[in-house]
Amino acid sequence: MHLHLTKFLLTKTLRLVLLVAAVASLSFVLVSRSPIDPVDAYVGAAIMKISPEQREMIRERWGLDQPPLARFARWAAQLARGDLGVSTIFNEPVTSVIAKRFITSLWLMALAWSFSGLLGFVLGLIAGAREDSPADRLIRLYAYTMAATPTFWVGMMLLMVFSVYLGWTPVCCAWPPGLSIEQATLGQRLHHLLLPALTLSLIGVAQITLHTRQKTVEAMHSDYAIFARAQGESTLGIVCRQVLRNVALPAVTLQFASLGELFGGAVLAEQVFSYPGLGRATVEAGIRGDVPLLLGIVLFSTVFVFTGNTVADLLYRLVDPRMGEGQGGTA
Amino acid sequence: MLSVYDLSISFSRYSFGLKKREVRAIEDLYLQVSAGQIMAVIGQSGAGKSLLAHALLGILPRHALLTGSLFFKGRPLTEQRLAELRGREIALIPQSITSLNPLLRVGAQVARAARLSGVGKKEVRQAVQRAFARYGLKDDVASLFPHQLSGGMARRVLTATATVGRADLIVADEPVNGLDAPTARETLAHLRELADDGKGVLLITHDIEAALQVADKVTVFWAGTTLEVAAADDFREGGRLQHPYTRALWNALPANAFLSARQPALTPPGSPGCPFRLCCARQDSLCAERAPKLRNAGQGMVRCHHA
Amino acid sequence: MTTRLFFPSQWDRRTRTLAAISICLVFFAVIFIAAWLYGDQGQVTELDLRKLPPSWERPFGTDWLGRDMLARTLKGIRISLGVGLTAATCSACIALLLGLGAALLGRTVDRLVTWLADAALATPHLVLLILISFACGGGARGVIIAVAASHWPALTRIIRAEVLQLRSADYVKLARQLGKGPYWIARRHLLPHVAPQFLVGLLLLFPHAILHSAGLTFLGFGMPPHTPAIGVLLAESMRYLSMGLWWLAVAPGLILIVSVLAFDVLGNNVRALLDPKTLRE
Repeated sequence: MHLHLTKFLLTKTLRLVLLVAAVASLSFVLVSRSPIDPVDAYVGAAIMKISPEQREMIRERWGLDQPPLARFARWAAQLARGDLGVSTIFNEPVTSVIAKRFITSLWLMALAWSFSGLLGFVLGLIAGAREDSPADRLIRLYAYTMAATPTFWVGMMLLMVFSVYLGWTPVCCAWPPGLSIEQATLGQRLHHLLLPALTLSLIGVAQITLHTRQKTVEAMHSDYAIFARAQGESTLGIVCRQVLRNVALPAVTLQFASLGELFGGAVLAEQVFSYPGLGRATVEAGIRGDVPLLLGIVLFSTVFVFTGNTVADLLYRLVDPRMGEGQGGTA
Repeated sequence: MLSVYDLSISFSRYSFGLKKREVRAIEDLYLQVSAGQIMAVIGQSGAGKSLLAHALLGILPRHALLTGSLFFKGRPLTEQRLAELRGREIALIPQSITSLNPLLRVGAQVARAARLSGVGKKEVRQAVQRAFARYGLKDDVASLFPHQLSGGMARRVLTATATVGRADLIVADEPVNGLDAPTARETLAHLRELADDGKGVLLITHDIEAALQVADKVTVFWAGTTLEVAAADDFREGGRLQHPYTRALWNALPANAFLSARQPALTPPGSPGCPFRLCCARQDSLCAERAPKLRNAGQGMVRCHHA
Repeated sequence: MTTRLFFPSQWDRRTRTLAAISICLVFFAVIFIAAWLYGDQGQVTELDLRKLPPSWERPFGTDWLGRDMLARTLKGIRISLGVGLTAATCSACIALLLGLGAALLGRTVDRLVTWLADAALATPHLVLLILISFACGGGARGVIIAVAASHWPALTRIIRAEVLQLRSADYVKLARQLGKGPYWIARRHLLPHVAPQFLVGLLLLFPHAILHSAGLTFLGFGMPPHTPAIGVLLAESMRYLSMGLWWLAVAPGLILIVSVLAFDVLGNNVRALLDPKTLRE
């Protein structure tokens, strides 16, 4: 079993390396084609005051005067060393920018992920087990409507109701403005997390509910569920004993595979609440032409999503007894 | 023990463009099973026979419409009564291994079946051990998962789930489908044992030769209805068979090929005349006008104007 | 979707489905006609009518420049729908070509397409959108290209799977052995199966495309500031939220949601019509 595990991890690492290489190349190509001149974007409002010679100097320093292939080679070499370059917006190494901002986003994503996962699973089970009941219809109505609602609009509505009208929650940021990150207390951080996390959760629940419901319906109509009923099992019994574990496995897999969507939602939620996370950094990098940061975030998020999918895969292999070596399932 | 009169099962099917069509899978079915007897229901492969099994357990899909009367041990078998009796007095041996949950060990599944059929908590372990032993399954089989079982072992586990309790009527749905000859013989022998123990066994299959090995009586099922009810001995001899279809079946036995009467499974309800007339050599205007009713004839029953 | 909730219960499934489809189509027609009728009224600034909440004359109120929000919203939804539909159609066509190519043009093409699809799905969707939008320099064109270039993987896989399955179907093999040319086979056998999948896939792409392009525009990657695309309307309204001008955000958002829902309902009902196996009644 350990041999299988090692082999699995090695294969996955290899695939990750290849994937990163592929994504890096593709992104580099895309970014080089951009009509946005990074120097102009960097200089921004001061463009009037900068002389052409100074612009040339900046271009040289960034290596932008070199042909594309040379630039790519330089960047790839840097990448292999683990160096993602320096962000032009923050004037810090990209790695440290990503690290700091990712931690901030992690609070948000972890909260929303857990909450929407749990609630979505429960709602999906209820809806699927009692197909076409009023509860099912209500849950489906909620889920379909939420799936059609833009994340940022939900954020804005919540912001209006709870922060502007009721004044219960803050209007922006991850901690009270004016304080530094070390000064902010846990309570304050959680207070600021409430609305963004709620926004992400409300949308996330919808997707997970729909998928769980579908799996539950399939399971309820499966041969083994029908046979259980033939043996005299009640609906509740069928749900708890037969369907639950058969649905839990794909549900958990889906949870881990949904990290990509979660990240996307975080980008929008952070924008609405001015939450200084990685999502916001991505947007700024894109708008202000910070190429190193943008590329760094693309690569980082790819690794993030890949990790999520790998964990999902691993869990499946460990828990499903049909996967040969598994020791899962209970008697 | 079990009596079924005029059973009809239909449901709607949607085709391209959401056009609705009503499909009558079973129409005017007649069936009787007595204690200590194996009644074989033989018919061509198709959805009808499994539907019958499911109807007897009350596990038809929600959208199926059932009419007719069922009686079990003298009392009417309503939906409510069926819900109480499922698994306790009436047990199903399903067709395929997919009826077992792939994520649970088989021992646990048989144990659950025992519990559901009324076996007390303390006696479950013993009951499962007894059931396993009876069918020649070693104790360590209990900790296996369904996909780890061989075909024969799977069959025996499925039989064990039905017999671990005290059910009096066993409904076996295609028990020998796809099995090799020795395993098939063994499975049929188990069913014979159950009947000899005093239980009623309903054996649903398309394999006549297999059925004839152990059956006491035979109900011939075609186009969703009962064509003839005969003693198994009549079948073995052939002379006393009455319906033209049954005679043709018998004629075709050694080659084990059916009469090429394509089953009109999608007959719209209400078409007049005998459903078999288009394939029958003896049909005439009476057959086109009126559908024959099942009537007593000789030692059994037959649905034909001219038998 | 549960159309049963909204229609008389005597109507059978076919009638309800057709009714749902018709209502959606009528809804879109109304929007486009209304937008056309209102024309450019949303550009007219009336400084003494600024920041008015909704009223009978102005059902959606006015913004900080006194512009009528109903007119702006209608034009906005028309723009957003236009962008979304264009992007979705391009995406679906790309998906069709790639899917067919992968299934019919041999293993190397198949491998290439699958690899490309996997790479596209490896990055979070919005990050990919931002990247491509940046690469195209922003603007409406950038948004369309970005959305078109990132939505094709799922549909490609479906079409590829369908065609592969058809290729190995007995009747297709038979047709080939009987000497029928590839175009004949494509027309008689492949088309009837792929066309419905394509149509349904296209319809179901619309909601995603519309939402994603609205998101991109909201973040600032799309149109120039005063174009009333829904994303822009919502982004601009953020500034006035704390002042209590709720109608600037609620109305455009609701229209967007209803439009997306309408496409969802349309897509699902068309799918039910063309492939009733997905039903159970």
